[in-house]
Amino acid sequence: MTDTSVTAVKLSDAAIRRRMLKEFWFYFSRNKGAVLGLIVFILLVLTAIFAPLLAPHDPTQQYRDALLVPPVWQEGGRAGFILGTDAVGRDMLSRLIFGARYSLFIGIVVVSVALSGGIIIGLIAGFYGRWIDTVIMRVMDVILAFPSLLLALVLVAVLGPGLTNAMIAIAIVYQPHFARLTRAAVMAEKQREYVTAARVAGAGNIRLMLKTILPNCLAPLIVQATLSFSSAVLDAAALGFLGMGAQPPAPEWGTMLAEAREFIMRAPWVVTFPGLAILISVLAINLMGDGLRDALDPKLKRS
Amino acid sequence: MSLLNIRNLTVRFATSTGAFTAVDGIDVRVDKGEVLAVVGESGSGKSVAMLAVMGLLPDTATVTADEMTFDGQNMLAMSPRQRRRIIGREITMIFQEPIASLNPSFTVGYQIEEVLRFNAGLGRKAARARAIELFDAVGIPEPEQRLKSYPHQMSGGQSQRVMIAMAIATNPRLLIADEPTTALDVTIQKQILDLLMKLQEDSGMALILITHDMGVVAETADRVMVQYKGHKMEESDVLTLFENPQSPYTRALLSALPENATGDRLPTVSDFFKAADAQIAAEGGAA
Amino acid sequence: MIRFILSKLLYLVPTFIGITIVAFGFIRLLPGDPVLLMAGERGVSPERYAVIAEQLGFDKPVWQQYLTYLGNLLQGDLGNSLVTKRPVMDEFMALFPATVELAVVAIILATLIGVPVGVLAAIKRGSWFDQISMTGALVGFSMPIFWWGLLLIIFFSGYLGWTPVSGRISLMYYFPDVTGFMLIDSLLSGEKGAFTSAVSHLILPSVVLATIPLAVIARQTRSAMLEVMGEDYVRTARAKGLKPSRVIGIHALRNAMIPVITTIGLQVGVLMAGAILTETIFSWPGIGKWMIDSISRRDYPVVQSGLLLIALIVMVVNLLVDLTYGLINPRIRHK
Repeated sequence: MTDTSVTAVKLSDAAIRRRMLKEFWFYFSRNKGAVLGLIVFILLVLTAIFAPLLAPHDPTQQYRDALLVPPVWQEGGRAGFILGTDAVGRDMLSRLIFGARYSLFIGIVVVSVALSGGIIIGLIAGFYGRWIDTVIMRVMDVILAFPSLLLALVLVAVLGPGLTNAMIAIAIVYQPHFARLTRAAVMAEKQREYVTAARVAGAGNIRLMLKTILPNCLAPLIVQATLSFSSAVLDAAALGFLGMGAQPPAPEWGTMLAEAREFIMRAPWVVTFPGLAILISVLAINLMGDGLRDALDPKLKRS
Repeated sequence: MSLLNIRNLTVRFATSTGAFTAVDGIDVRVDKGEVLAVVGESGSGKSVAMLAVMGLLPDTATVTADEMTFDGQNMLAMSPRQRRRIIGREITMIFQEPIASLNPSFTVGYQIEEVLRFNAGLGRKAARARAIELFDAVGIPEPEQRLKSYPHQMSGGQSQRVMIAMAIATNPRLLIADEPTTALDVTIQKQILDLLMKLQEDSGMALILITHDMGVVAETADRVMVQYKGHKMEESDVLTLFENPQSPYTRALLSALPENATGDRLPTVSDFFKAADAQIAAEGGAA
Repeated sequence: MIRFILSKLLYLVPTFIGITIVAFGFIRLLPGDPVLLMAGERGVSPERYAVIAEQLGFDKPVWQQYLTYLGNLLQGDLGNSLVTKRPVMDEFMALFPATVELAVVAIILATLIGVPVGVLAAIKRGSWFDQISMTGALVGFSMPIFWWGLLLIIFFSGYLGWTPVSGRISLMYYFPDVTGFMLIDSLLSGEKGAFTSAVSHLILPSVVLATIPLAVIARQTRSAMLEVMGEDYVRTARAKGLKPSRVIGIHALRNAMIPVITTIGLQVGVLMAGAILTETIFSWPGIGKWMIDSISRRDYPVVQSGLLLIALIVMVVNLLVDLTYGLINPRIRHK
């Protein structure tokens, strides 16, 4: 017993980190769905990065002689347009490939903005407490009182339609979740001995927050971040669908659906594929999120 | 005349790190009206064996035995439905955490009347009247009022009294008490134990008392079974056990009692682990 | 219990004020002159501008404007729509039942399917039923419902021709509004086929709107059941020799429902956001479509009030859920 604890103390930080990662991967990889989600997500990232190489056509190029061409396996399909073309003769496959860039970009931007904003706000509220905390958390309550899509819509109405504004709006709406999580974690960790010890040792407030407390509340934040990533992709697509997100001719999947609406009976493929792309991406991220939650939650680990 | 007879009971759990044997080839015999104490530290499998009899283990557990009879009926061959005619009626059980063992969403009255209506076949009114009697019998003051209480409104001792009332409601022939006093205050422990012993004497039911407390054993049991790591270390009547313990593990348990302390330092059971492990190894080699 | 209700109400006061400030401030944050936006006019003479500003109260200090706004709100006066010139409150009250009907049917659908599926998945943990239903739930949870709605239209309305594409009832039928709920009014009208028509119009939108709540409820029910089934009191119930149906259906379910009810309540926000998309796809004349139309028409008094009213509805429903939570959880009721 004593022997092992001595060696454990001697382990370097890097070694501990490596061991934690290994343990994390052990639990994560046991969840087949999560691994599948991860694979799909990696493919999605690769698609987004290498979109210009993968796409057979320019996503905005209009082929006037090829309007609403069905997918290649249907009658009237053409080999040049594997998934068919849309109403103005643009290649569906190429647009879908470039659309992956939008979704990932939206997810990354929204999550980073919401996460960093939420962490800062949550740290301030949790660390300083008292009236600062009360005021901040009440404001968060108010934001959470609005259905997210509605508030995002209205914010876009204020800021003007467009992708950037849609992302800002969604980030603002998501940020309270992170603030709440951070604050709760800070409140809990603040009482612990190691924080008191660090303070006695003369660590300043900011250093204390960033170096001591934050790493200990990462797990719930990571889980919430994946959840927000998938919701952001969904909400941004919804805004695009409602004409408030990315504007045509951008090959954003939600915007593509909005353009395709009037052709749903004549050309179902222009509707089917963009939605399928959204569903698959969101599903992959959510599968990963479930796996992350199980692997990071020590309570579930033991059972 | 044995009431419950189990031979070569083994319980295995499937875990993420492979199979784990919680009970390894144990024989249990209880006679009518007898008090059997099952002693061992936590993790020794003493509760698991009894939960296996009750059919309360999770699906991950595999139970095997050469024989498991209650009053001559073969429990191994029973369908779940047949088994339920014995469990909760002929054999009842109370647990370590009385408050957690009661359903927080129902009044204690509902929970005891449920037993009376479904297991004793009483009507609503008769069940209410009998519940009041039972509460009275286990020493709960103002039974009519208390019936309307929720578990969170009661103390641990009171909750255990409710559990006991539920357990004796069907006049069972065997009551299994799994560490019934461990979670309670020291002053309450003795009251609950006395109550159990009184009820046992009055009704003549058999009682299996699972405990880690040698003091409790000395006060209550006719016969004692000592368990360690899923193995039976020793079984004898209570006087023999205290006067002339056979197994080194039992000696360890006894010497850990403060009144038996001889040296400067109170010995701990772990001092004797090696001896106990050696005994298991020897048995394993023999078998 | 009364103290519990009072404390919940008290807690809502700051949220209520916050919501009104957001709605009040929204119009002032818009790019452009709020006076002209609220009046829906452009390029007016300075004299006309002054008249409008005074009419709308913009000449007063901001805090006074807010108090006036709050006072009007409490009297049910939310101004007039720029497009229809009718009072916003009247329009809202006319459209609100359509959304309520859709949302209520959707949440009932989601609960009636989601709870049994979750319970069954928990009991048969690891079985094919568990795996398939939970995969389905994750797909539902990840669903872009605006696309899902279009798919259903393609299949059921286009390919099979079973259901209508839009609206609440076939134009063949005309009868007066009594309750505003088409299912009830069509029955009251006594017209043959009216009720069937109303149902066939309602079915696709409510399925679409129910999708995400259904997935969430099924997942939450399953995990709540799994947690509860490991509790000591469930072991006690089994030790009593009770039938499995009673152990699960009474002892476990009653406790598992406590967090599930909260989850169901929290779906109100999801439903309201979903209603915006669903109503747009199915041309369902409710407040979701009203909001979208008003945003694109720049009918700002409507947008402002719609935002406020929807948030207040969500707030009130959440309060009711909190109170229900207290009712079914004796640990809170008897504090």
